[in-house]
Amino acid sequence: MTLAILNIDWSTLADGLALGATYALMAVGIGLVFGVLRLVNFAYGQLVMAGAFALALASEWGWPVWAGIVLCFAVVLALSIAMEHLVFRPLRGHSPAVMLVATFAVAFLLQSIALLWFGALGKIAFSLAFLNRPWTISSVDIRKIAIVAIVVAIVCLALLQLLLTRTEIGLHMRAASMDFATSRMLGVRANRVISFAVLISGALAAIVAVMLTVQNSQVTPDFALRDTIVVLAGVVVGGLNRPVPATLGGFAIGFATGVLGGALPTNQSQYIPAIVFAAVILVLLVRPRGLFDFSRTVERV
Amino acid sequence: MRRHLEELVVPLGLVVAAALLGTLVSISTQTYFTDTLVKVSIVVALYVFIGNSGVLSFGHISFVALGAWTAGVLTVPTSEKPAIMPNLADFLVHRHASNVMSLVIAAVVGGIAAFIVGIPLMRLSGLAAGIATFGVLEITHNLLTYEERVGPGQNAFSSVPETTGLRQAGIAAVVCIVVAFVYSRSRFGRLLRATREDDAAARAVGTSVYRQRLIAFTVSGFLAGLAGGLYVHLLPVQVNSVYLDLTFITLAMLVVGGTTSLFGAVVGALAVSALDSWLAVAENGTSLFGWHIDLPPGTAEIVVGSLMAAVLILRPSGLTGGRELRLRGVPWRGSASRARA
Repeated sequence: MTLAILNIDWSTLADGLALGATYALMAVGIGLVFGVLRLVNFAYGQLVMAGAFALALASEWGWPVWAGIVLCFAVVLALSIAMEHLVFRPLRGHSPAVMLVATFAVAFLLQSIALLWFGALGKIAFSLAFLNRPWTISSVDIRKIAIVAIVVAIVCLALLQLLLTRTEIGLHMRAASMDFATSRMLGVRANRVISFAVLISGALAAIVAVMLTVQNSQVTPDFALRDTIVVLAGVVVGGLNRPVPATLGGFAIGFATGVLGGALPTNQSQYIPAIVFAAVILVLLVRPRGLFDFSRTVERV
Repeated sequence: MRRHLEELVVPLGLVVAAALLGTLVSISTQTYFTDTLVKVSIVVALYVFIGNSGVLSFGHISFVALGAWTAGVLTVPTSEKPAIMPNLADFLVHRHASNVMSLVIAAVVGGIAAFIVGIPLMRLSGLAAGIATFGVLEITHNLLTYEERVGPGQNAFSSVPETTGLRQAGIAAVVCIVVAFVYSRSRFGRLLRATREDDAAARAVGTSVYRQRLIAFTVSGFLAGLAGGLYVHLLPVQVNSVYLDLTFITLAMLVVGGTTSLFGAVVGALAVSALDSWLAVAENGTSLFGWHIDLPPGTAEIVVGSLMAAVLILRPSGLTGGRELRLRGVPWRGSASRARA
């Protein structure tokens, strides 16, 4: 059973959806921090990389799967908190571009630490490899991880939506991302909101680390670097200011890359990065405020 | 113009001093000095655009890459081209250029590429500009990696005559600094800095932000192309050596020195290069004041990364404060605002 258009079969479609779902989670992680800090965290991929190395070490030490996942969360959350205190906090209030360059530096720093520690070949995380085996649904083979990724992403996004709309801290986060200064005057505690956003963003990075190591068990120092670049582009294309457009942007770019990668022959699919980024530039030119941002406000001089 | 001549003389003096210092050391150490001078050219190219416009660009290394590819393809001996670049396009197979000519063409290609890329991109500012220029870098890297009709693809550019020595690299750095100085003292440079300081006010007096940025982008693409030409004549360039790492280190140099001044760009390039080269030597074991030092490989990146992050956090306007150096005891003036990279 195949879809006639472009030669896309169902398993390619499922893989594309799974990649889109994973990228959507990364987009939310980046977007949450941007909302409260106006900071684009280029080092987000290195949080994922650290989590992936934690999983690899755990499987090397023969730990059970749940312990590896716990270690992964612990490492990523600790690193997020450290990053927030050492880098984000002192940078608060600088221009977004300065902060982008700063997190660019942090990304390279973390990557070179990983290079020093684990070497260029990295380590292998194999404890979750069984999720790569397919489930056969009416003669279509779909990898378990694709379904797991989609389900996990939907659950996470739903929980996050509840958190943002139904709890006090969620209300504070939304208020802070609309107007940080005013929300502080109205009693929103800045540090608490920021720490909370960074923690959730870290937790999402840990989840993404688990899912990406299943797809690609070879964990190298540049693990998730390419994904972060693509997600960042997707987030900016979607519109950084709001969580839903940012998520859609991340999903769209992941889905497009995944499906194109599966559907095109190698001599064409090697040019996917060029095609994707050309599309990104085009969108930025046509809709600089983001593809999915339909608000009409114009920045006043 | 005359009053500001020291803004030209001091950076030139630093570069000439570095080149002269390079003549005193052993041949193997000399490579580090030559490399440093090429980096100075790249960072000065970055300064022309980023420093004067205040708009971030991650894309300049793609013009370095294009310059390297141009100069490389034109100077590999014709007899060796089929072996190194078997899929080269017909019109490139028999083309050959002398060393200096290849550098000139590399610069022109860099400038034209920047102009073409700039036509759409210069409308963007802030984060959108950052991401879009990153996209340019990604596209260039992707195409050069797989497009074997214009170069060696994923292989290294071997057999390119290694003509970039201290003299050529020094002359090129001097050329870049003079061009950057003349540009930033010109009407165009002043207008562009006005848009950097206050976009709305500059527009109100009739400045076209778009046109001024496009001019600066083209000039800096020209310099970046020249630096790329020098780079390919210095060592066998491979597609990954003109990608993220080079982008990172050159941006680090600019930021550490101080984005908004030529002096800052040159000081940053020299200081970070000196540190980076020394650490690279120390990774192979060296001695300092009688201490034997043997650092594990990878230390250089960690130190430079920490330095860049620390400077951004503690002193975001860079070591020089983003000001030009004034001699004669005149207090430092220039833009007092923070570097808006």
